[in-house]
Amino acid sequence: MSTYETLANFAQTWGLLYFVLIFAGVLVYTFWPTNKKRFDDAARMPLRED
Amino acid sequence: MSLMNKHGILERHSMLLLVGILIVVAIGGMVEIIPLFYLKSTIEKVEGMRPYTPLELAGRNIYIREGCYLCHSQMIRPMRDEIERYGHYSLAAESMYDHPFQWGSKRTGPDLARVGNKYSDLWHVNHLTDPRSVVPESVMPGYPFLAKTDLKVPDISADLKVNRIVGVPYTDEQIANAKADMMAQANPDDDNVDDFLDRYTQTLGEEDREPTIRDFDGNPDRVTEMDALVAYLQMLGTLVDFSIYDDKADLR
Amino acid sequence: MAHTAKRLSLEEGLFAGFLTALAFICLVIAGKAVDGVMAFHAGLGLLFSAIGVFLIFNSYFKRPADAVESGYNLGPIKFGAVAAVFWGIAGFLVGDIIAWQLTFPILNFDLEWTSFGRLRPLHTSAVIFAFGGNVLLATSFYVVQRTSHARLPGRVAPWFVILGYNAFIVIAGTGYLFGATQSKEYAEPEWYADLWLTIVWVAYLLVFLATLWRRKEPHIYVANWFYLAFIVTIAMLHIGNNLSIPVSIFGIKSYQVFSGVQDAMVQWWYGHNAVGFFLTAGFLAIMYYFIPKRAERPVYSYRLSIVHFWALIFIYIWAGPHHLHYTALPDWAQTLGMTFSVILWMPSWGGMINGLMTLSGAWDKLRTDPVLRMMVVSVAFYGMSTFEGPLMSVKSVNSLSHYTDWTIGHVHSGALGWVGYISFGAIYCLIPWLWNRKSLYSTKLVEWHFWISTLGIVLYITSMWVSGIMQGLMWRAYDKLGFLEYSFIETVEAMHPFYMIRAIGGLLFVTGAVIMAYNIWMTIRAGEKAEQDAADPALVPAE
Repeated sequence: MSTYETLANFAQTWGLLYFVLIFAGVLVYTFWPTNKKRFDDAARMPLRED
Repeated sequence: MSLMNKHGILERHSMLLLVGILIVVAIGGMVEIIPLFYLKSTIEKVEGMRPYTPLELAGRNIYIREGCYLCHSQMIRPMRDEIERYGHYSLAAESMYDHPFQWGSKRTGPDLARVGNKYSDLWHVNHLTDPRSVVPESVMPGYPFLAKTDLKVPDISADLKVNRIVGVPYTDEQIANAKADMMAQANPDDDNVDDFLDRYTQTLGEEDREPTIRDFDGNPDRVTEMDALVAYLQMLGTLVDFSIYDDKADLR
Repeated sequence: MAHTAKRLSLEEGLFAGFLTALAFICLVIAGKAVDGVMAFHAGLGLLFSAIGVFLIFNSYFKRPADAVESGYNLGPIKFGAVAAVFWGIAGFLVGDIIAWQLTFPILNFDLEWTSFGRLRPLHTSAVIFAFGGNVLLATSFYVVQRTSHARLPGRVAPWFVILGYNAFIVIAGTGYLFGATQSKEYAEPEWYADLWLTIVWVAYLLVFLATLWRRKEPHIYVANWFYLAFIVTIAMLHIGNNLSIPVSIFGIKSYQVFSGVQDAMVQWWYGHNAVGFFLTAGFLAIMYYFIPKRAERPVYSYRLSIVHFWALIFIYIWAGPHHLHYTALPDWAQTLGMTFSVILWMPSWGGMINGLMTLSGAWDKLRTDPVLRMMVVSVAFYGMSTFEGPLMSVKSVNSLSHYTDWTIGHVHSGALGWVGYISFGAIYCLIPWLWNRKSLYSTKLVEWHFWISTLGIVLYITSMWVSGIMQGLMWRAYDKLGFLEYSFIETVEAMHPFYMIRAIGGLLFVTGAVIMAYNIWMTIRAGEKAEQDAADPALVPAE
């Protein structure tokens, strides 16, 4: 197999998996129920008087 | 829990974020850049390509210094109108000795990838000195100072040496005689002309390809920045002979 | 407090030692310089280092032995805010001058240091790095302190970052005028300026991180995520794109390590992500702090901001090859660049929606508060140019738009509309906060600034659309006999009226910025004092 085909095959399989996993990871972190309170709280950080 | 105890966690969070960002941003660049050092189409060698002569290199540095790349591209795209207007589309190999590349991103003026030998030296000198004297509608700045300034490079041998470090195949003799070669190419009466030709002539098949030796700026008394810049412009795109180039050989 | 002997802190000593060593190195280089520009720049380096050492000892002798740092450190932020206004006007002005040069080439004056080729990098660097950079340094130092409830670490370090960065600007800018350039767009400064920026940037990263480490809030606010991504990624890009070997350490000239197609890919990996991480991520951080603060309501969706963050930094980094469509770059890389550029539309609009919807329930404020309006319009411009960008990255569209003024118009809808307006908004917010004023000197003048600039932007981008698309179409036009219809110079001639309109638009934008400068000057000089001192609130974590 040429260098090009090897690289293309790798990108089309493992590359795709890598994208999907990262995206899924971010979504899970974002929508994890116990994180909700923390995020709601964080959203108010600029508004707190100090 | 006191603040001090929490501190370790806080630091870890920010470092975790830092590492996460680094991983995410590093991968895209690596995937797009690293293969370019290994794939055939980007590292192929094409017959006719040679390193710049010292005079051409000095001219190229003036081209860079004056910011010519901001208005002139050196990259012909494979489209009918561009090929008819400018010539054969540009090959990766044609900029293999360009540290840095000069493809440009804007055509306020026309592409220059194959401007070499299209106009006379005199036309270039007039055009660079006062663009509107030859092209009345031109918006290009004039560069009258080029023809009045002696070509001064602190140590052209050192320039060639650094180019060799980054991969341009200059020979020891070329490096050692760079200064003499630079002056000889702009002066056909120079004593070193034959030595210069020995060092830069390539043999392609049966044919000898010599670099051009001319008094480019039309002023035989001195070697000026104009000499160097015109020498560079006149060789752009002339190295590869497209009548024998096989464009099917490097599709990938 | 017990009496303590006054001592030079370790930090002060290290910085003073470093700058003394640097001054010595500059002296040697100036003495042995092989070209005039290097002699001049080494002289400047010597001067700046000496000033740095003087400032360190001056502050040491002036402060009492038991001086304690408390409250927020606002000094460097004030400097950055004022520097941003100064460089902004300079950069806009040079931009408008070169716009007039393209309309009337006689304005190049046939001199070396006033020709378009040397002024154009001066314009781009002045607006991106001098104006934008100072805005980012100032706002990031402000936001990270406020949202961490912590003071910037060190007496010298924050000043070193902001003054060192501006010293870089001076060296880069004067270098362009004298012809010191490595010809990589948006990365033109030569090797020694690049080295200096690397040192300053590492110090910036450490100051920013150390403030986060001192924070009294458990969570790192999302604006700081964007700032951190901006700082880290710019460091990576800057080093990767500036790998070069100087011909002599006593001269300005260097040669890039990469050549041809590899160098082109590295350059546009850098170039596009300078847009993505300098002009986008950094300014999104401003959006995520200043719009909620000014609108007095939390960001529309914090969850969306997290998805926005990761999706944006992940996808942006791949988009560079769209600058090299149909070039000698392999097709697979072009296709990859195009694909990610189109996907990039989604996180970009996610961010836009998040910024705009923060206003929901408070839209009436746009009528009365021109500062907030400026920031909201900026987000709208962001949405517009992040739609246009993916469109132009599609190869068939790009075949028309590439090399034309359409690209210039696109860049300026982002630069003037998005970066410019969000920066103006942030500066208008910051000045009263930093100088402890009740409000700006004049809201009316902000209105004037807003409308004059907006008219300028509209003239600018519409004229560039027309001239760009027209030029692209003229290049590829054929007559009935199958010959190219126009010579190149005919396309140049056809653009003249549009260059004139663009230059007038630019003049309006400069005028707006001058109005802003006057307003800010009067706010600082004659504004009414607010009650609480902004620099000295109690640093307690919120409930």
